[in-house]
Amino acid sequence: MTTTPIAPSTETRTIISARPVRRKTAGRRGNVVDRLLLWIPLAFALLFTLVPFYWMLLFAFRPSGSTALFPWPLTFDHFAKVWTGGGFGTFFLNSVYVALASLVISIVVGLMGGYALARFSFRGKGAFLLVMLCTQFVPGAMLLIPLFQIFNGIGLTNSLWSLIIGDSVFQLPLSLVLMVGFIRNVPIDIEEAAWIDGCSRFRAFIAVVLPLLRPGIVAVGSFAFISAWNNFLLAVMFISSQDKFTIPVGLSYLIGEFGTDFGALAAGGVIAVAPVVAIFAFVQRYLVQGLSAGAVKG
Amino acid sequence: MDVAMTSVAQNRTVTPKRRRGRARWYPYLLIAPAAALVAVFLVYPVGSVFYYSLQTYNVTMPLYNGFVGFDNFVAIANDQKFWDSLVFTFKWVIVEIGLQFIFGLILALLINQAFKGRGVVRSLVFTPWAVAGILTTTIWLLIYNPTTGVGRYLADMGLIPYGTSLLAGEDTAFWAAVLAELWKGAPFFAILILADLQSVPAELYESAEMDGAGRIRKFLSITWPHIRLAVVIATLLRAVWEFNNVDLLYTLTGGGPAGSTTTLPLYVAQTAIYDRDFGYGSALTVIAFILLIIFTAVYLRINRFGKDD
Repeated sequence: MTTTPIAPSTETRTIISARPVRRKTAGRRGNVVDRLLLWIPLAFALLFTLVPFYWMLLFAFRPSGSTALFPWPLTFDHFAKVWTGGGFGTFFLNSVYVALASLVISIVVGLMGGYALARFSFRGKGAFLLVMLCTQFVPGAMLLIPLFQIFNGIGLTNSLWSLIIGDSVFQLPLSLVLMVGFIRNVPIDIEEAAWIDGCSRFRAFIAVVLPLLRPGIVAVGSFAFISAWNNFLLAVMFISSQDKFTIPVGLSYLIGEFGTDFGALAAGGVIAVAPVVAIFAFVQRYLVQGLSAGAVKG
Repeated sequence: MDVAMTSVAQNRTVTPKRRRGRARWYPYLLIAPAAALVAVFLVYPVGSVFYYSLQTYNVTMPLYNGFVGFDNFVAIANDQKFWDSLVFTFKWVIVEIGLQFIFGLILALLINQAFKGRGVVRSLVFTPWAVAGILTTTIWLLIYNPTTGVGRYLADMGLIPYGTSLLAGEDTAFWAAVLAELWKGAPFFAILILADLQSVPAELYESAEMDGAGRIRKFLSITWPHIRLAVVIATLLRAVWEFNNVDLLYTLTGGGPAGSTTTLPLYVAQTAIYDRDFGYGSALTVIAFILLIIFTAVYLRINRFGKDD
């Protein structure tokens, strides 16, 4: 942040520091004030965000009983312990299975429904959107009991499929909204050109639209993955045998034993968070983008 | 999942390109899987909660199950734990949303500015949002634990006695939970507001500056009116979400000490998971649902939602 180039017009959408103009009027002093007003609060925000993560890493990598503020000497004992002894190896595979299946369902259902909502107007569309909106007010805890009844009825309790279905459904409104936004951004002209060339609607979609939707598919899939990966309540309600636990349930059992082994708990936490952070770092910009795309006024 | 409402609300006003022809059944075919999933696993369950609320239904005691009219609701009215949880729910949501609003707005304003490394900073400050509720608990338990957590270092400095557990006292447990939830919740508030901040036309600020407007003036006259609607929706979404979500309290404080941090939905979850008392749990759920709808209607009314200029 030593020199500030004259920002292009898109970059001047700033609240406090519209630099090009301010520099002319206030000169260097205004610039310094701007920067302090930005970076001092930002530093606090970053500290508040990151120190808790660091704290977990610290506990996961330093030997039990140590109070050092750096993870030294480094140890992987806690990971070995939870992975094999704590069953996290199994939980990890279960979580991956649930999250990937939920990802596939969310993408397929999202693409289909999103295309219908973005490209057609049809009877019942308003009603469908209204129901979707209402579902935002349904507490997850509230659905535990009836969903348990349903899954019990179709023999899916204590099956990973109860989680896959539950997660996909809870995720559906977001999947649809994001997908609608991305599909709208693909100009209809491109599709129409393909129709004129003799493509069916389906072929035109596969050949022309789908490749352009790659960011949308990545975004919807990632958020579905993250939310299924994180889901705790459904898993704790529907899954009873330990070989079908997912990572959040495994963690809750480690928490239950707390006071005994913080190193193991931290290692379990690192295993739980690593995939999510990796994926989120990669797709977070789509979240803001997707929201803006979906929420364009008018 | 709570992101969806902002945009769905907007979508309703948009008419997509229409192509009539032999494929008029296309949209129905395409929407069918989504509609079926929603109908079977969201709409039907909500309906059945109302049905079960009028039943005695406990899986562990099947002999007593059956229709009981409003008995469950009468029992709830006399249930001190219900009233306590209701009071705590309001306290929890109001404190949490107030703080998340302040910090989320500040955060959004900060990361909306142009500066080097903005992309990285954004990813970093948004990360807690992507983290599971249970993981938030894990992290903050490590921080709050009395033997090797922050308390230990404070005790080393002589500020508090050794072995003090923040989660053991009623007051400290409340604020400990508030802080943990703020860590996870403020970023999402910021995401929702940021999406709208980005659509404020830059020219407005430029001409305001020509007229000599300062920072605060610009915020009040340009930024705030522009994002007000988004703030109303974001606040509502976050409030509903904080009301509904039980992961953190369920695992961090377990609703304790002595039930002092039990929200109404957490009480529902405990009734369902531990007691398997589905009739009583369903009746509690119905009350929670009705409260939520009343709250939403009143809130939107106060903010004159839908009659915006």
